[in-house]
Amino acid sequence: MSEVKKIATRESYGETLVELGAEHEEIVVLDADLAAATKTGLFQAAYPERFINCGIAESNMIGVAAGLAAAGKVPFASSFAMFAAGRAYEQVRNSVGYPHLNVKIGATHAGISVGEDGATHQCNEDIALMRTIPGMVVINPSDDIEARAAVRAAYEYVGPVYMRFGRLAVPVINDRPDYKFELGKGVVLREGKDVTIIATGLPVNNCLQAAEKLAAEGIDAKVINIHTIKPLDEELIIAAAQETGKVVTVEEHSVIGGLGSAVCDVLSANVPTKVLKIGINDVYGESGPALELIEKYGLGINGIYEKVKAFVS
Amino acid sequence: MDKLKLMKTANEVRKGIVTSVHSAKAGHPGGSLSAADLFTYLYFEELNVDPKDPKKADRDRFVLSKGHTAPGLYAALAEKGFFPKEDLITLRHTGSYLQGHPDMKCIPGVDMSSGSLGQGVSAAVGMAIAAKISGDDYRVYTLLGDGEIQEGQVWEAAMLASHHKLDNLLVIVDNNNLQIDGEITKVNSPYPIDKKFEAFNFHVINIDGNDFDQIDAAFKEAKSVKGRPTVIIAKTVKGKGVSFMENQAGWHGKAPNDEEFKIAMADLEKAGEALCQK
Repeated sequence: MSEVKKIATRESYGETLVELGAEHEEIVVLDADLAAATKTGLFQAAYPERFINCGIAESNMIGVAAGLAAAGKVPFASSFAMFAAGRAYEQVRNSVGYPHLNVKIGATHAGISVGEDGATHQCNEDIALMRTIPGMVVINPSDDIEARAAVRAAYEYVGPVYMRFGRLAVPVINDRPDYKFELGKGVVLREGKDVTIIATGLPVNNCLQAAEKLAAEGIDAKVINIHTIKPLDEELIIAAAQETGKVVTVEEHSVIGGLGSAVCDVLSANVPTKVLKIGINDVYGESGPALELIEKYGLGINGIYEKVKAFVS
Repeated sequence: MDKLKLMKTANEVRKGIVTSVHSAKAGHPGGSLSAADLFTYLYFEELNVDPKDPKKADRDRFVLSKGHTAPGLYAALAEKGFFPKEDLITLRHTGSYLQGHPDMKCIPGVDMSSGSLGQGVSAAVGMAIAAKISGDDYRVYTLLGDGEIQEGQVWEAAMLASHHKLDNLLVIVDNNNLQIDGEITKVNSPYPIDKKFEAFNFHVINIDGNDFDQIDAAFKEAKSVKGRPTVIIAKTVKGKGVSFMENQAGWHGKAPNDEEFKIAMADLEKAGEALCQK
């Protein structure tokens, strides 16, 4: 088996910020003492005069970003998802969301793939929190190529955007000439007629692998990658549900309030469909190597394969 | 500074506060009235703003971090001509642009939405940093309540402001000594406020915030300070100008009924007449 290129989406984020910084003088990057981990340190090295380290004070960082945006800058504020979406939730809601300011939140270290740091740092609730904020765009890219495109799309969009990145190096799966990132548009990665697997972020690759295993058993799974959770590509999801009759959602996030819930909202109102939600089952994570945790919490290739097979049979 | 003119304007601002809160049947008159002289000084003496061009690029910015005192801000903005004074009676009414707390999306002259305490000051710091990055020379002002500084975010913002030597930032604390649940000293004392800001490397000025001579001197002093932010701790009287509201925590967030409204307006009419005799 040939070696698959693996890159953490936080790397993609940091490197794209540097590129954007060269193109757009109004971009300012903020961090809260995690610049080395979130990879905003790359921007700091390139444009120190446009980098603000707020120290360990995420609530203030989001407020400062709001002020920068109100004064015409395009701030990218970064921390771990736990702190950007969790600790600073109300600042994001009231200082960024309510005035609909042009603030981009780059949240890294999302989900259980944080690994060894354990439950306090494994944010499985951020998508749920962010998608409840009116006017907030929520993006969760699946690999390096998508993450780079997402950062650029976030810059182009005028208004608040929440971007979710991972700590773990993940396989590059979107390296194809016709790849195009469109905000709010899902991507069909595999056609199939028996079931639709709708995935977001890190597990998208595992869903593709699981679909291959299912195919060997005669189960033909369609796989859709939803990089933009809000606004959601409702049209694509409704059409897929009509085609296949059964839907499985897969996310490295709580089964409460994330992609699965968003998909269920759409389907229940339009084409009531049986849905299986695969994700973190209303529990906290734990310490351990990321790949082991992904398996343990049912987001590995086998975990997805077994659940989809049982669901379809 | 034309002190008498400012006093007359402040009296009109106070009438606007009482009128709008009475019409809304809800709102926060106490802290609006305590800061009425500060609002008046800001909009009629200090800020480089133009009601005909509320978004002009080089304007000074004002963030009302104690956003619940929106009636004071709105009355000053209306008096200045940002929107019609007649609109003040729509405060807090369904469909009105005059929201209970400042909304930058729809209110001319409002530079930042605020109301969740402790957050406005961070936005003000962001604006001041933006000016420094761009080399713009506008100044940023923010008004906080003395109860509000119990919020930890205020001190996160203060730390960053002095770290960045934001001498284009002026923080004003409306020290009226009362919050919803009573005296700030009994709820959770923030005193000594001046020592705390000194420890955060601010230039600190203590004044009587209902005295225009002291306000004028403090704002002028703040402008001359280089290399660090300034805070003006303005000792004020909550409910100032309305006899039965003065120093009463109960008037923090309560509207006067029709009878109380008449008494309040009579107080202010009388004060206005007295100023005309001067």
